[in-house]
Amino acid sequence: MEKNGTIQLETIFQDRIDQEIRIEPKDWMPDKYRQTLIRQISQHAHSEIVGMLPEGNWITRAPSLKRKATLIAKVQDEAGHGLYLYSAAETLGISRAEMINQLHSGKAKYSSIFNYPTLTWADIGAIGWLVDGAAIMNQVPLCRTSYGPYARAMVRICKEESFHQRQGFEILLTLSRGTDAQKAMCQDAINRWWWPSVMMFGPSDEASPHTAQSMRWKIKRFTNDELRQKFVDICAEQVKILEMHLPDPDLKWNEKRGHYDFGPINWDEFWQVIGGNGPCNKERLAARIKAHEDGAWVREAASAFAAKQQQKQKAAVA
Amino acid sequence: MKTYLTKQFYGDYGDRESVKESSGIAADSARDWPLWEVFVRSKMGLDHKHVGSLHAADARMAIENARDVYTRRQEGISIWVVESRHIHASNPDDAASFYDPADDKVYRHPTFYELPDELKAM
Repeated sequence: MEKNGTIQLETIFQDRIDQEIRIEPKDWMPDKYRQTLIRQISQHAHSEIVGMLPEGNWITRAPSLKRKATLIAKVQDEAGHGLYLYSAAETLGISRAEMINQLHSGKAKYSSIFNYPTLTWADIGAIGWLVDGAAIMNQVPLCRTSYGPYARAMVRICKEESFHQRQGFEILLTLSRGTDAQKAMCQDAINRWWWPSVMMFGPSDEASPHTAQSMRWKIKRFTNDELRQKFVDICAEQVKILEMHLPDPDLKWNEKRGHYDFGPINWDEFWQVIGGNGPCNKERLAARIKAHEDGAWVREAASAFAAKQQQKQKAAVA
Repeated sequence: MKTYLTKQFYGDYGDRESVKESSGIAADSARDWPLWEVFVRSKMGLDHKHVGSLHAADARMAIENARDVYTRRQEGISIWVVESRHIHASNPDDAASFYDPADDKVYRHPTFYELPDELKAM
């Protein structure tokens, strides 16, 4: 009886998805759908928050006041994006504190791209162009994802991301028109960030067992490999404007496919970084935990102040 | 009389969980500050529109945080915040019966009335 009821609910649920009707927080949904979303949205939120670290690294060393102001604005946006996403995940029944605990304990993952170091100013440009570019490629289809609060958060995020990508490209463009040393710096950053950015789309479709279900539930709209190909096609053209090259000897336009062919991805590196052995995994998590702990007194003070105001108000009424 | 309004909590918890009653001013790592829903008026003459939610210790902090999070690009000129636990909502499970009184009343729409074409501006 109970089982039949659930099957019926699942049929109704899938019908709604197929008709492109969004799912909202209080609607019935399969537990697996809820869990998948909690995992995906919270990971996404963590990535925004941890993503502030490699860039924050360059705020004090940005080469001009204009660059500094822009970078601060961008890092502030990432904090906002983290908040939109945490809020969306909370509508699924997980608390903010629980998500933060999962991040700090290492139980929850964040995008492995942020475990690479930002060695030069050109890295900030490469992050904007490539890392944010890859993120946008992933995120634009998510504006139509089946879960309402997630889709709405993504609309807001995508609007803001395009400034991020443009400012990054502009940094590289300026360097690419500069001295020989600046040009070399630009190419070096592209060399280091290209492959990790290509890996941002996740394992190839054959190695991604959840993709089929996520597509059926319309959480995902395109597979990892589809998005990756789109990204490569676009970047292979854009890099020409910079008069630089992508570090892939196999990159070649394939007339028959109508796409760029590209070389093999080092999946071993990908899994190593995800597994915690990237260049900066420990440093990022330690910085994140320290920031949280150092902020404890601020949270306590805000609570104490709110409690005091509440009491004052009560006394005034009495 | 049947009451149609059941207490629902928009943001903080999923549909199966109940929300803790006290609005509390929690700050320890295990508990969150209360959740607030944020509404922004984008320009004079328009309604305040729900834009999202955030945690804050009190209303003033909620408004300041909402400014930083939801109006960084001049998206608003006025902000409302309301603690999520104060929002009552209709139940989606009852939607079919709750809204069905409107289903068979096409005569409430202007297009229901067939009038001659000569009749202009009506």
